[in-house]
Amino acid sequence: MSQTPAPRKLPGNLNTNRRLDRWLKINRDGTVTAFPGKVEIGQGILTALAQIVAEELDVALERIRLAPADTTYSPDEGMTSGSQSITDGGAALRYAAAEARDLLLQRAAARLGVSLEQLSVADGVVKARSGGSVTYWEIATDDLLAREATGDIAPKPASLHTIIGSPAPRRDIPAKVSGAPIYVHDLDLPGMLHGRVARPPSYDARLAGLDEAEVRALPGVVAVVRDGSFLGVIAGREEQAIRALTRLKRIARWEESTVLPETPDPRFLLREVTEDQVISEKQDAAAGARAAKTLDAEYTRPYIAHASIGPSCAVARFDPDRCTVWTHSQGIFPLRRDLAGVLGVEENCITAIHMDGAGCYGHNGADDAALDAVLLARAVPGRPVRVQWTREDEFNWEPYGPAMVVKLKAGLDTQGNVVNWTEDIWSNSHSTRPNGLGGVNLLAAWHLARPHPPSPPRNPPLPGGGSHRNAIPIYEFPNERVTNRLVKRMPVRVSALRALGATANVFAIESFMDELAAAAGADPVEFRLRHLKDARARAVIETVAAKAGWRKGEKGDGARGRGIGFARYKNGACYVAVIVEIEAGNELSVRRAWAAIDAGLVINPDGIINQTEGGIIQTVSWALKEAVRYDRSRILTSNWDDYPILTFEESPQVEVTIVNRPELPPLGAGEGTQGPTAAAIANAIHNALGVRLRDMPFTRDRVLAALA
Amino acid sequence: MSVTTTIQVNGKSHSVAAEPDTPLLYILRNDLKLKGARFGCGLGQCGACTVLVDGKPVQSCDFPLSAAAGKAVTTIEGLAPDGKLHPLQQAFIDEQAAQCGYCVTGIIMAAKALLDTHSRPSDAEIRTALKGNLCRCGTHQRILRAIHRAAKEIAK
Ligand code: FES
Ligand code: FES
Repeated sequence: MSQTPAPRKLPGNLNTNRRLDRWLKINRDGTVTAFPGKVEIGQGILTALAQIVAEELDVALERIRLAPADTTYSPDEGMTSGSQSITDGGAALRYAAAEARDLLLQRAAARLGVSLEQLSVADGVVKARSGGSVTYWEIATDDLLAREATGDIAPKPASLHTIIGSPAPRRDIPAKVSGAPIYVHDLDLPGMLHGRVARPPSYDARLAGLDEAEVRALPGVVAVVRDGSFLGVIAGREEQAIRALTRLKRIARWEESTVLPETPDPRFLLREVTEDQVISEKQDAAAGARAAKTLDAEYTRPYIAHASIGPSCAVARFDPDRCTVWTHSQGIFPLRRDLAGVLGVEENCITAIHMDGAGCYGHNGADDAALDAVLLARAVPGRPVRVQWTREDEFNWEPYGPAMVVKLKAGLDTQGNVVNWTEDIWSNSHSTRPNGLGGVNLLAAWHLARPHPPSPPRNPPLPGGGSHRNAIPIYEFPNERVTNRLVKRMPVRVSALRALGATANVFAIESFMDELAAAAGADPVEFRLRHLKDARARAVIETVAAKAGWRKGEKGDGARGRGIGFARYKNGACYVAVIVEIEAGNELSVRRAWAAIDAGLVINPDGIINQTEGGIIQTVSWALKEAVRYDRSRILTSNWDDYPILTFEESPQVEVTIVNRPELPPLGAGEGTQGPTAAAIANAIHNALGVRLRDMPFTRDRVLAALA
Repeated sequence: MSVTTTIQVNGKSHSVAAEPDTPLLYILRNDLKLKGARFGCGLGQCGACTVLVDGKPVQSCDFPLSAAAGKAVTTIEGLAPDGKLHPLQQAFIDEQAAQCGYCVTGIIMAAKALLDTHSRPSDAEIRTALKGNLCRCGTHQRILRAIHRAAKEIAK
């Protein structure tokens, strides 16, 4: 039997969604609709994708419409995460648009009776050199793009770009400043009811008793939904649902158990069973023998909350043959698979429609809220039910960014070169998103009378990596051994938080580089350059040092000081170097930050700057303030008083410089700042005060303890 | 017990039937369909729900309907009644001062209250005026720039 040859590999997500009309539609009204499967999460992705389509099609940016992601028609692009949207989703649209332009030109050539070479295009108007013209809008018909992509038409070279690389105002901002109802939180359907879920007081608590009648009798209550330890209420008005929730919480009796780690110190991980993998090994015995001085150190990061400013929300409705859910999930297709698993129906009986949410920075409660809405809506067929998580729901139940421990040991030769490097990292997996691996990764599913066990967690593999993201140093060391010690037991619910393991790994590596530089009597900038061959890496470090006016060997004055941190995100995406200036007065604060970023070809410069500024400021907050608190049975972080984040009074001034590389492919840029910023702060504290903080967050108490 | 309360919102009078202790936020969002004030915490801690009552910023999640009776409430929708953006809104666009944007409407309302009384506030005054507002995306610097820009624009 002959086998059909494997289809050829197409660029980006075009490979898995191969038809051109999955991605683009040329409309007769002079517009173009693009169908990205990636979603806006406040990172400006849709603006950048529109720029790509306009550029490759040679039409004005204003003509591009973007269809909201919807499982009915959007290409399945999996998750919007990991700074992959421009590389995967952008590549697909880029090639699809280049090919669509080619098909349009062929048609125009036939219509005008000239050869392709005689044509030029401006804003969708195709002109023949001999005179005569026709527009895309006249010649486009539905069959034009009803075909598989070939991937044969090369996108434009950077030298011809007029839209890519120029700042484009974000398309979503006007509606956001006007207060328009654009978030899923604002969806208001006819006959809509309001739902709330009375979550257990702790992870493994079981509902032991409840007298529902008194809640059912409250004004406006339509239903109390109880299934195992899943408990929810539906009411006509939102405040009625909230009152009923308060009552439910008061009268429900739960059996709790002690499941949380015995200490808030991430070092409890060191005592756990691990699955070990050596992820980098280099040997050069002669170089190793030159070690004259050895240093070691241990760094930790606590559990960090995504802490979206808007708690998760979803709306769902059951119709006779269909369940529809409106959600701010980052992956409507994987979510739909897990929902189908819980409901025991075919996936195509569920429609998941994306709407904006508040910034999520990774896997927060969005998907869980979708299942909550579905479970409540099932009790009132035909009526849409809106579930709004409380602040407490979000803080108590979101999957946090995992705690981590990184141990480092290195040897220096007499010239101040690192000749040995040993690194061990302890962490849980960094993704428990819905993943279709057999179980259901949605909170409520675990509380049902017939629970659905979770899917196995996924630690994204290298080179991108999960817990081991950026664990392998980018520096050139002759001897190196990096071991990933994956902790399987997951006492605290964790998943993907912006940058995954890169935050802790880069924080550790870059702090340790400063410790080594000090031991070698070297300037931190020069010491890094000494161990770096990659020209792009060197360029961002040199750029940020120049912008900040870094003086070789500069010392803090006992109150102020500066420090640097650097990484190439995922060892394959953007290069980022950050210098911060800290001030230790009554409180520790970051006053200023400078960053240089090389993300290859930049689609929307202001978009990258916005993301970089935001990433730095958010990391300042993580590094100075944030840690989820818990005791043996309960999460103790429930509101903003328990979990303060950086305020307007505390936010630093940030200056970002783009090192543009228009000739090189675009690199993901949304998450490159976290590790470098955390390390730069620790290094600046050392520079200012002479003390080394190795445990995040760098609170006032920890600084004082270190000084004592 | 549900009672009928009359409130003035963005210059118009509305009668709503609800319990008097219902937070104003839900009246605005669900009864008047003004979704620009956002729910962020319901605890008076984040400022996403900020509106003006008689010109003063209040956190509408923590402000009972009964207290709004007879007072003038202004929401973000009231800043651009005829579709022409308020200078603050325009400045937020000009400075691209939003990432997810969820915090932004509350911040614009707090800034409006500030600019109504201090026409050219210092950086420190703006930061203090935004004490009750949180932004998780780290858009702080752009937001500060936008407010300065609006102040300059209004002063012209
Ligand atoms: S929602 Fe009102 S202060 Fe947070
Ligand atoms: S822009 Fe997202 S919270 Fe401020």
